[in-house]
Amino acid sequence: MNIQKDNTFRTLTFGLFIVLVFGFFATDWLRFLVQMSLSTFLVVLGVMLQMRAGLVSFGQGLFYCLGAYIAGMAGYFFGITDVFILILAGMAGSILLSVILGFLMVRFREIFYANFSLALSMILYGLLVKAEILGSTDGFNVPPSTFIGLAPKGDTLKITVFVLTCLIVYIVSVVLNRYLNSTYGYMGDAIRQNEIRVEYLGASVHRVIHRIYVIAAAISGIGGVLTAIAVGHVDPDLAYWTTSGEFVFVALLSGTANVMAPLVGTFLLELLRTYAFEYSPYTWQLILGVTMLMVILFLPNGIWSIGAKRRAGN
Amino acid sequence: MTKFLAILIDGSIYASWLFLMGLGMTLIYGVMRILNIAHGSLYALGAYTSVSLIGFYYATGTNPPMLGYAMLPLAAIAVGLIAGVLIERGILRFMYGSDEVVMLLVTYSVFLILEDIAKLIWGVDPYFAYQPYGLLGTVEILNLIYPVYDFLLIATSLVCAAFVWWGLNKTRVGKLLIAVIHDREMSMALGINVKIFFMVTFIIGATFGALGGAVTAPKVSVVPGLGVEVIVLAFAVVVIGGLGSIEGAMIGSAIVGIVRAAAVHILPEVELFVIYGVMALVLAFKPSGLFAGPEVRKI
Repeated sequence: MNIQKDNTFRTLTFGLFIVLVFGFFATDWLRFLVQMSLSTFLVVLGVMLQMRAGLVSFGQGLFYCLGAYIAGMAGYFFGITDVFILILAGMAGSILLSVILGFLMVRFREIFYANFSLALSMILYGLLVKAEILGSTDGFNVPPSTFIGLAPKGDTLKITVFVLTCLIVYIVSVVLNRYLNSTYGYMGDAIRQNEIRVEYLGASVHRVIHRIYVIAAAISGIGGVLTAIAVGHVDPDLAYWTTSGEFVFVALLSGTANVMAPLVGTFLLELLRTYAFEYSPYTWQLILGVTMLMVILFLPNGIWSIGAKRRAGN
Repeated sequence: MTKFLAILIDGSIYASWLFLMGLGMTLIYGVMRILNIAHGSLYALGAYTSVSLIGFYYATGTNPPMLGYAMLPLAAIAVGLIAGVLIERGILRFMYGSDEVVMLLVTYSVFLILEDIAKLIWGVDPYFAYQPYGLLGTVEILNLIYPVYDFLLIATSLVCAAFVWWGLNKTRVGKLLIAVIHDREMSMALGINVKIFFMVTFIIGATFGALGGAVTAPKVSVVPGLGVEVIVLAFAVVVIGGLGSIEGAMIGSAIVGIVRAAAVHILPEVELFVIYGVMALVLAFKPSGLFAGPEVRKI
């Protein structure tokens, strides 16, 4: 058997430099586009992680929104604007909630997993919509970020946030790639293929799913914080089920084979969204829907599988 | 006392609306194992079609006003037949046998497509069809004034429930359908044409979804995005009751209807939260819903 060498780390590092260099020369809107896709990429990674174990989460928006709101509220109510603290807080909040909810989530599979995660994220939505102190449906503005005491302004701030986003996404991707290639990571695949066999081999399916759920929540939380910092505004729609549906869409479109797959998918989606809004605002969901159908029909393993097949020599 | 009555009546009206939505969804799931997200779009299409038909009917001013009500079921049947056949024959039948989760994603993409098709046909401006709503006047119950139309909604819902119950339990076709629900392969082996049953079930389910939209249209302004919210509510109802169970959909809609009405009258801040709160609570204790039958494990 010919085992492929894993080039992911090299490609990611290389990609980081390209994106950073590109960030300094790109126009504002293009840089923002990349930054937004990087933030949502983290959430899609969370969805993808669960998909590898055969679990489709239609409520990843829960942790996305939670992270964003934690970041927003910390700045809004307590004046904490240091990005590193915000990221840690968003991550901690997501981990805490997911550890608790995980005890319930592990009991669900297939569409029940999708339903229950959807219900949970809609609970958060329902709470936020009626929370007047948090601006109800309008949400509220997030104060500008600071970096360990430094408070850059204008273009410097934009660039700093961009560089930080790139670095964090890079670190998360590398760690996650390492995780996916470990025994723990492969356990997820095994669960998708045959749960009973995993139990017979001596692993606890519940614990594996719980772990996956918490990791997914943690990185989605970071994605939420980064989005809040980038956009400067949070609102309850982050937890609405259509937001989560979009994450599922991207994960499906990209495929679950490699951490880099959703990166391509998210960027394509953001690009498509930008141009579709501009040129045909009434048909952009139509385009999404048709693409999704085509991918399900003809590329059940996502866009990434095209390249993978070629590399495998089929 | 008045508050209690108000909760009860509001709850029943809301519940009957929810039931119309949940009925089609649970029927489709029970027979085809498809959790149909596109149900929300069928609802929206039903609403749009009925608004157009009503507008068309009353535009001349010479037609007898009471017959305008016939436009509502007409719209539902039209949408159910056209969209139902197109979706089932055009898309779903290629996917039969896939995982339930894959089917969920397929209907999600159908939902996205239909959302924009509605925009392409009817544009993005709001539509109104107030005539059927106002025509029946209001009724006063212990100082509470309700439009008679709302009670018509409850009646419609009950008639639909009775129709489905009668169809399933008292007719030959219904008994065959129950056989399909319990064991698809075995009923195929016994000579039941499962494909036809799938198509007809999907059409009937779609018609109920469209009917939900058609009867709601006169009460609201019909705008894009109408179906997005409906779909999660119908989800909640069906999941609480147990997927595929018609009694379950009934109980589920009653619970959600009353709970929401109670929240609106007593503590409006939690209105949205309670619906999903109840859903999560039920699922936490009964992961497959209140009325789901025991899962038969086949080897």
